[in-house]
Amino acid sequence: MRDVAVIGVGMNDWGELWQDSLRTIWMQAALAALADAGVDRVDAITVGCMSGGLFVGQEHLAALLADELGMAGVPATRVESACASGGLAVKAGFMEIAAGLADIVLVTGVEKMTDVSGEDATAALATAADQELEVFHGATFPGLYAMMARAHMVKYGTTPEQLAAVAVKNHRHGLANPHAQFRRAITVEEVLSSTMVAEPLHILDCSPITDGAAAVVLADLDTARRLAKGRPIVRIAGIGHATDRMALHSRTDMPTLPATTAATQKALAMAKKQLSDVQVIELHDCFTIAEIMVLEAMGVCPPGQGGQLAPSGRTALGGDLPVNPSGGLKSKGHPVGATGVAQVVEITTQLRGEAGERQVAGVRVGLTQNMGGTGASTLVHVLEVVS
Amino acid sequence: MSVGIVGYGSYIPRRRIRLADIAKVWGADAESYERGLELHEKSVPARDEDTITMSVTAARRALARAQIDPSEIGAVYVGSESHPYAVKPTGTVVAEAIGAVPALHCADLEFACKAGSEGMFLASALVKAGDMRFALAIGADTSQGAPGDALEYSAAAGAAAFIFGSERLVATLDAQSSFTTDTPDFWRREYMRYPQHTGRFTGEPAYFKHILGAARMLFEKSGTKPSDFAYAVFHQPNGKFPMRVGQMLGFRREQLETGWLSPWLGNTYSGASPMGLTAILDVAKPGDRIFMVSFGSGAGSDGFVFTVTGRIEEVRDLAPRTRVQLDTNKLYVDYGTYAKLRGKIRLAE
Amino acid sequence: MSSLTSARLVREFPARYRFEGATCRGCGAVLFPARLLCPHCGGRSFEPRTLRREGTVATFTVIHVASAAFRQETPYVLAVIDLADGARCTCQLVDVDPAQVRIGMPVRLEFRRIQEAGEAGVIAYGHKAVPA
Repeated sequence: MRDVAVIGVGMNDWGELWQDSLRTIWMQAALAALADAGVDRVDAITVGCMSGGLFVGQEHLAALLADELGMAGVPATRVESACASGGLAVKAGFMEIAAGLADIVLVTGVEKMTDVSGEDATAALATAADQELEVFHGATFPGLYAMMARAHMVKYGTTPEQLAAVAVKNHRHGLANPHAQFRRAITVEEVLSSTMVAEPLHILDCSPITDGAAAVVLADLDTARRLAKGRPIVRIAGIGHATDRMALHSRTDMPTLPATTAATQKALAMAKKQLSDVQVIELHDCFTIAEIMVLEAMGVCPPGQGGQLAPSGRTALGGDLPVNPSGGLKSKGHPVGATGVAQVVEITTQLRGEAGERQVAGVRVGLTQNMGGTGASTLVHVLEVVS
Repeated sequence: MSVGIVGYGSYIPRRRIRLADIAKVWGADAESYERGLELHEKSVPARDEDTITMSVTAARRALARAQIDPSEIGAVYVGSESHPYAVKPTGTVVAEAIGAVPALHCADLEFACKAGSEGMFLASALVKAGDMRFALAIGADTSQGAPGDALEYSAAAGAAAFIFGSERLVATLDAQSSFTTDTPDFWRREYMRYPQHTGRFTGEPAYFKHILGAARMLFEKSGTKPSDFAYAVFHQPNGKFPMRVGQMLGFRREQLETGWLSPWLGNTYSGASPMGLTAILDVAKPGDRIFMVSFGSGAGSDGFVFTVTGRIEEVRDLAPRTRVQLDTNKLYVDYGTYAKLRGKIRLAE
Repeated sequence: MSSLTSARLVREFPARYRFEGATCRGCGAVLFPARLLCPHCGGRSFEPRTLRREGTVATFTVIHVASAAFRQETPYVLAVIDLADGARCTCQLVDVDPAQVRIGMPVRLEFRRIQEAGEAGVIAYGHKAVPA
């Protein structure tokens, strides 16, 4: 298996982009990544997108977007794993290079969510849950995570204030991210007094509906060295991919994320690293409770103590393990298929030392965690600077 | 061969609205409605309840008391004037839900408020003919009255289910009668949302004429008189009419009170006299005789004479009693919530 | 976006209408609804069973923002129910003040109307939990 490096990153500015279609936001990210990599041809393209069909009536996205990029003819693959589609697109691109099928791959993620009504977006997102067993009865995504939150609160005493502290931290981080959808500070009081979506989750506990795309260019390590131009070379050192029972009610211990635990262990093992080697994390805070459960699942803290991390400052920029320096899904936005790729964009930017005001000093190893549904699919990538 | 009721069950939704809260909205004199109709509050179905859901629950309760294998049920009849579909039976959903499919006959019935007793008439006839071991008859309604109309004060929701058979009886069916004429006292045209009624014409020429007619035929056929009965129950569109017709026939108030649910339930239309019968079966003693006459506008009445057997004491507590459902665990709603639940608010297209 | 097609609804009647599931002959796990393969032991042989319609609340939420199909019902309680026979299900919990719902609360499962494909469309029935 060959080594794979990230040689270029790109994103557009995320938000409610009334003037932009799925094609144009994807193009902005793709062109930015190609320019950053200094290449104008690729051997393959991957696209992570949860639901072009339900949001804009378009499937067959990989071929469509390859054409859009003037690269009709290049093999292109669209992958879907609900909100983990982006992370899966990274893995799909990695595999082509690792297996020797390609030397340079454009890995992308995109979602155009704001053309449909809020209710239709809720219904489209709910296709990531079990349609027969959960959604049929009226389950929504916030509703499912809210049930996990309540179970966590009853089992461990986690409080609404601890949940809110995650959103406050991530908004503060987002102030330094020019691509973020929301660049305003919020307080715990504001979170707790915002509209209730599904008890105990308020609207400010929930990541938003966003239009956005992100892209990275991957290359085999030899090609990467050739194109580096003096910048640090960032390698994808480990990949972990795991699934879990789909319906929340099928899980043995509902306020946990076993697929995150498994994927993290596999990624670290492949990268030959320990969790303590990881210096910065971009994880899937689709809801505030998710960040808490992910950190527990990874082993950053013991089960039940995740609620203490944000209030303690440990996971803030300046703390000993910054989590979501980009602003996370909460402040940066969550265009579903793009998120997993954007996490790699952020970690690569951090490892290159190019993160400006949100730079974590001296980082050499970072980790991304991207999950779909209530954790039924999870992708973890470990990235490191290559000397 | 003795034919009769093998199991019975009822279902009353938990929500209630007080007549006073309806009157307040329409600027009507609550007290005079309550006095005039002898009604105080009525049941209100939740948004997720309808004639089908109530029929299923009542049927399951009848099965619990009958203690039979549902696949032995040879027919399911549901009588209602508020079937959820105009075309597609309520009965097939019930049959599928209780596991009586596929070897059975099924039909939905309508005849205003007597559609439930019609099912009882047909079910008992098929068992008597020897065509099947058991047959299920249900009367259920979530009927509506037009906003502000007199009927809005009484139209309520409920279901009663009876499994008829010739074995394991809790009550024998000793005699039946039916009295039918064409009398347009109350109707609802196809595609119209609310029924129309003819005011005082619904009284003497309709309700009283047909109940009295069926009752007299029934006394004659069964060779009985009022004092032979422990209980009597009549169609109860309000609190007043069943008491008056009962007393006109010679029954005493004490014989009428057990089955008299309307003052606190409202008019459950096809469920009305059948639910009264379930309340009686909940307390009757072996050997007690029951006189029941329904009424449906249009118009007609079905009459039945039952005698309670010993088995009733073994099974009556296998499902919730009607009075307990009526009197306990109530959830009161205001008129706005009532209008929302009953689909009376015009929504966006 | 309704996927309430008749063919799909009919396939789901055994579980939705009659609470039918299965017991795995290999490991004894109770599955609801039935599956082709036991997720616990990989077994392919099952004993059909009708589950009791009783259980307790394992966790719950009150949903205030819903999709169009459920808009008129908000706020409604969605719960995971620990069924008496050992399986679990997700459903609404109704006829109760949301503020009174507690984990561990005993419930019955009652036949209710779940959704409809619009005013002219098919009606989907199933079960909801009510306080026992």
